[in-house]
Amino acid sequence: MEVIYDILEVILPFDFMSYTFMKNAFLAILLVSPIFAIVGTMIVNKKMAFFSDALGHSALTGIAIGMLLGMTNINISMILFAVIFALLLNFIKNKTTYGADTIISVFSSIAIALGLAMLSQSGNFNKYSSYLVGDILSISEAEIGYLFLAFILTFVFWYYLFNKLNAVSLNTTLAKSKGINVKTMENIFAVLIAIMVMISIRWVGILLINSLIILPAASSRNIAMNMRTYHLFSILIALFSGITGLIISYYQNIPTGPMIVIISGIIYFLTFGIKKVIKEK
Amino acid sequence: MESCGLHCTKIENLSVKIGNEDIIKDITFDIHCGELLMVIGRNGAGKSTLLKSILGEIEHKGTVSFIDMKENKKKKIKIGYVPQHLNIERNMPTTVYDMFASYISNKPVWLMKDKSLYKKIRENLRLFGAEKLIDKRVGNLSGGELQRVLLAIATTPVPNLLILDEPVSGVDRNGTKDFYEILTKLKKDYDMSIILVSHDLDLVKKFADRVILLDKSIVKEGLAEEVFKSKEFIERFGEI
Repeated sequence: MEVIYDILEVILPFDFMSYTFMKNAFLAILLVSPIFAIVGTMIVNKKMAFFSDALGHSALTGIAIGMLLGMTNINISMILFAVIFALLLNFIKNKTTYGADTIISVFSSIAIALGLAMLSQSGNFNKYSSYLVGDILSISEAEIGYLFLAFILTFVFWYYLFNKLNAVSLNTTLAKSKGINVKTMENIFAVLIAIMVMISIRWVGILLINSLIILPAASSRNIAMNMRTYHLFSILIALFSGITGLIISYYQNIPTGPMIVIISGIIYFLTFGIKKVIKEK
Repeated sequence: MESCGLHCTKIENLSVKIGNEDIIKDITFDIHCGELLMVIGRNGAGKSTLLKSILGEIEHKGTVSFIDMKENKKKKIKIGYVPQHLNIERNMPTTVYDMFASYISNKPVWLMKDKSLYKKIRENLRLFGAEKLIDKRVGNLSGGELQRVLLAIATTPVPNLLILDEPVSGVDRNGTKDFYEILTKLKKDYDMSIILVSHDLDLVKKFADRVILLDKSIVKEGLAEEVFKSKEFIERFGEI
């Protein structure tokens, strides 16, 4: 870790980099942004924005259950609950003819209400209210390790399974005819989103996590011409907003998460404008 | 090449129930290689459900088997499918290459454009006069163009049975005729069995080798003229 810190100081010789918490936050952003950027591309294509948002909300219940069972590592109960939540949601969605948005809304509301009720009742709500907005500046070295694992997991998954996932998203019956197991793919993807969201939620916050997943991909989708540029622009936009958001928040004393989202939002409207201009040509 | 007629797909007692309602019931028929079988029926007759259960996408009773009569044994069937529509939008960043490669290869399309795969896809598109579309975005293709691309995907690799779901929607008259001519060529050249759900009775009359009239179960089966004259047909579609 010391080596990485030294490298960071050499590459970025600014005074904000002299603090360890800033170095950690910087590393965390380097890891989290690309994960969200690439997974976001498929969440946007599959119109699952509401799904990832609901998963974020399930974090509260995950925490509450972990507290109730007296677990020392809340992360584990959060991930387990989110995975079960995601799979159950997929299962019910396939069993009914209602619109997916209704089912997701039902799940989302129950998860957040249950979480709030359980945490307040046990008097732990204040302790965990920081999860709502997140705090990337308090991330520790060990936790960066978790993010690194999530980073590797996501890229391995994307390398081996992206094509199948893309095939399923375009037409499930066609994917089935090519021997792709549609339900398994959808479940694996839901589990991946669940794990990814839970590992990063403490640093990004329940209220903002979905913006970080959706905005870079949605911006990229405005200007990309194929899958390669879609992913590339999404990653670059996520990294750019993450890093500039961190720096501005340091100098202007604004919370980091909201600053990153504000920059991503501005980029979204810029790309939206570019799209209009390209179209008119 | 005349079709060899020695391969046969047997559909036996196919039934699908949702709750207590029969969507399709006891459907049994054979289709031989080089044969173009068209399925007609009113909305809600179970046409799409029949196709999806043959593909194994939805839970069903009954069996689909493929028999090689030359060797007199059952083989695993390869089915190609041309869907009715795709989950796509205008300007979305998925090119024909991206879509095609996703269905036939595991080389990640988000990371790189694989040269040999690109060449293979272009060759396959060429068979359908669609090689120029390879770098276009799928959301921006015309109905006829998209249909050719989907047909190229469905026939890579060459299947024993090709299934098409109402492929004429959103395509102009000339495009539709071209499309049927491609199908006729496919069944001859590749000795393929084709099952096609169609709404265009004129084209059914012109191109079908055999017609099945579906209304939850098969109510009439035979040559187009026979089916069109039957009382079962007239009850459902009127005289034509």
